[in-house]
Amino acid sequence: MTHEGIPQPLNELLDEFSFLERGERVDYLIEYADQFVNVPERVATRPYPEERRVKRCESQAYVWAEDHDGGTQKYWFAVENPQGISAKSFCAILDDTVSGASLDEVLRIPGDVVFDIFGKEISMGKGEGLLGILTSVQMFAREAAARPGA
Amino acid sequence: MTDIASRGYSNPDVLVSTDWVADNLDTAGIRIVESNEDQLLYPAGHIPGAVQVDWAADLNDQLRRDYLNREGFEALMSRNGITRDTTVIFYGDRNNWWACYAYWVFQLFGHSNAKVMDGGRQKWEQEGRDLVREVPTYDATDYSAPDRNDAPVRAFREDVLAHLEAGGQLVDVRSPQEYSGERLHMPEFPNEGALRGGHIPTAKSIPWARAANPEDGTFKTAAELQDIYLNEQGLAPDGDTIAYCRIGERSSHTWFVLTHLLGFGNVRNYDGSWTEWGNLVNVPIEK
Repeated sequence: MTHEGIPQPLNELLDEFSFLERGERVDYLIEYADQFVNVPERVATRPYPEERRVKRCESQAYVWAEDHDGGTQKYWFAVENPQGISAKSFCAILDDTVSGASLDEVLRIPGDVVFDIFGKEISMGKGEGLLGILTSVQMFAREAAARPGA
Repeated sequence: MTDIASRGYSNPDVLVSTDWVADNLDTAGIRIVESNEDQLLYPAGHIPGAVQVDWAADLNDQLRRDYLNREGFEALMSRNGITRDTTVIFYGDRNNWWACYAYWVFQLFGHSNAKVMDGGRQKWEQEGRDLVREVPTYDATDYSAPDRNDAPVRAFREDVLAHLEAGGQLVDVRSPQEYSGERLHMPEFPNEGALRGGHIPTAKSIPWARAANPEDGTFKTAAELQDIYLNEQGLAPDGDTIAYCRIGERSSHTWFVLTHLLGFGNVRNYDGSWTEWGNLVNVPIEK
């Protein structure tokens, strides 16, 4: 279930998840959702700009990226739908395992990780929204990688 | 939102308010059942005493594309402490979309002693009511279900073809982009994909969520619903109707609205829906 060339902390999480029963995985995901930190005001304030909004995510998720030294990025998220708990969980996981990784590693993350983490049984709508969050993160990484000097 | 009884529904008893549920948390003979799209919502917090019925793990057959059988339903009822006389109150996320789906599956086994909490999870949360993480356990019951009876509320592809031939009413409750065939599915979701895009000929496009008030997830009033389904789209309550979507879940919400809130006489849900129709060889499609 791990994937070559993606951020190591994400692979470690995927490896751990592959041994979990469904109920344990759910508990784990809720723990992540509980740890979710909304984007700080120094980065963005409400109303959040439409161009930061994740397309097809019904949890009204937003993504930002801050450039850090060494050509890495810190990703920030907002989830405006109080029922968007899977979105919060996934954002917290991405922040925990992807922020600070090399842009190249970020861009190698396949959409499959959504299923690796949430299970094959998630609905198409939910999966689309979560994939959209990952795609938004990768869009920032792609832009940064394309900048002169990157 | 106005009082349920004053909204003009043909069967107002099929809905209960959040107030009613809050007042009846400890009432004997009631089981509150949460059914969501987001599988993390129930474990993260639910109405005290509520059990969860999961559409993928509990209601679907795990091998065939079908619903659980009689034995499976009996076991599900038994472990959730539900008897044939228990009043089951469904609620969930997304305007009660999955709650209506569970409600509909329960009707395949004739558990008609069932209601939906108007506004679902959204309204309960907005009102700041209690949500707990403690999963309740109930004494197992001895539930004896009849054999599953699909015919009254479920349509198969042959039924849809016959219905089409007979000039019956069809309602496509997917998004306008899916209806037009502009959008099939995301590449990452081949299991919910279809080879052809478009809709079943003559189907009216009425996205399912139009029946709900987005601000609190409650159902619109009968007059508002009549405006959409009857006046705008020309459906007749006494005509035979089949609703469909992509896999039959969104259309169970519309099935609920047409059957119980507007009093349509004969509504069936085609759960094969677009993932079957859009892959069938040589069936008519309109774009």
